Amino acid sequence: MGKTMNVEVVSAEAPIFSGKASFVAAPGENGELGITPRHTQLLSRLRPGEVRLTDESGEDRFFFVSGGVIEVQPHVITVLADTAMRAEDADEAAAKEAKQKAEEAMEQRKADFDYARAKSELIEAAERLRWIQELRRRGVKDRR
Amino acid sequence: MAGSKEIRNQIKSTQNTQKITKAMEMVAASKMRKAQERMEATRPYAERMRAVIGHLANAHPEYRHPYLVDREVKRVGVIVISSDRGLCGGLNTNLFRETVKAMEQFDNDDVDVDICTIGSKGTAFFKRLGGNIVADKSKLGDRPHLTDVIGAVKVMLDAYDEGRIDALHLARNHFESAMAQRPEVAQVIPVPQVEEESLKHHWDYIYEPEAKEVLDTLLTRYIESQVYQAVVENVACEMAARMIAMKSASDNAGDIIKDLKLAYNKARQAAITQEIAEIVGGASAV
Repeated sequence: MGKTMNVEVVSAEAPIFSGKASFVAAPGENGELGITPRHTQLLSRLRPGEVRLTDESGEDRFFFVSGGVIEVQPHVITVLADTAMRAEDADEAAAKEAKQKAEEAMEQRKADFDYARAKSELIEAAERLRWIQELRRRGVKDRR
Repeated sequence: MAGSKEIRNQIKSTQNTQKITKAMEMVAASKMRKAQERMEATRPYAERMRAVIGHLANAHPEYRHPYLVDREVKRVGVIVISSDRGLCGGLNTNLFRETVKAMEQFDNDDVDVDICTIGSKGTAFFKRLGGNIVADKSKLGDRPHLTDVIGAVKVMLDAYDEGRIDALHLARNHFESAMAQRPEVAQVIPVPQVEEESLKHHWDYIYEPEAKEVLDTLLTRYIESQVYQAVVENVACEMAARMIAMKSASDNAGDIIKDLKLAYNKARQAAITQEIAEIVGGASAV
């Protein structure tokens, strides 16, 4: 060890990079971070920008992140990248839309959740499925 | 015989149905493989995230984030992840049953429930039965993106931040194999404690910019990724369940066709026999 550290770059939708590196540069929120092995523990938010790392063979690799979080442990670095471009107002709009759709859905609803009916309906559906499976298992062919 | 034409029609229509179910089965099978790949692709993020949060729990930070602290529960939020379309066997039904069981438990403890539905089957179900739906997102398609779930999750996180709910649960299906899916209702906030074995001595991170802000981002992303992962997994479950349902539908259609063919041939044979009998009868009468 000593000269390299394990680096994982992952986003919520797909893993991006996993391997050893001798140097990592990342766009920290308070300025660019340059990290070499044995760095102290650090947790920082990332700005949109470039993550650059030098892998084992000495080659530079570049990734664009639109934000996220970097966790630094002495020998392990994890970049949790955002896939989506994030903006406070865009999130707000999405939340509003979800709420509105719910309100539309709620307009025709009844006063209280009807547990008895929900249960009986679900039990009926499940029983029907089980019954059909049972029929199939027994090889009953009477369908008409 | 009079019935033979009707039987022929019946065979024809059953064959057409069988063609459709066979096609759906094959489509579901190929979509399932793709969905499974996407599901695998989302795992590393959630795992790394969980590891970081595990470290956090052991790092004795000076600041305890509300998502990590239990509080008295008077009202809970439940995010229910279901499919948009039906014809997938008992997948949604099993999940709803599990959810309703959990909700009834809350109700018995005098805890109110707010529901957030992702997927239109869940919306329809809880709307019909009078659940209190506070957020709804459907029509995600076969390749859901993280952006699709952010809005719905934010509604619930805001509710938690403002103290309108005191815990958040996630009702989702686990993809165990193509043959088996397991419904589960589990708590996501407050984040259940992750026990890490090593690193028990006192240490803490350097936070940039501030512990509160970093943790805010991290935990929000964590919850989002959990929900997103569940949504992606649900697509794989849906396809698997549909594949099995359509396979048994095709098999059923095959059985029906076999029976109908037998009935048809019998009717045809009877008609011929009767005709011969009539001719013979007629000849001897002359």
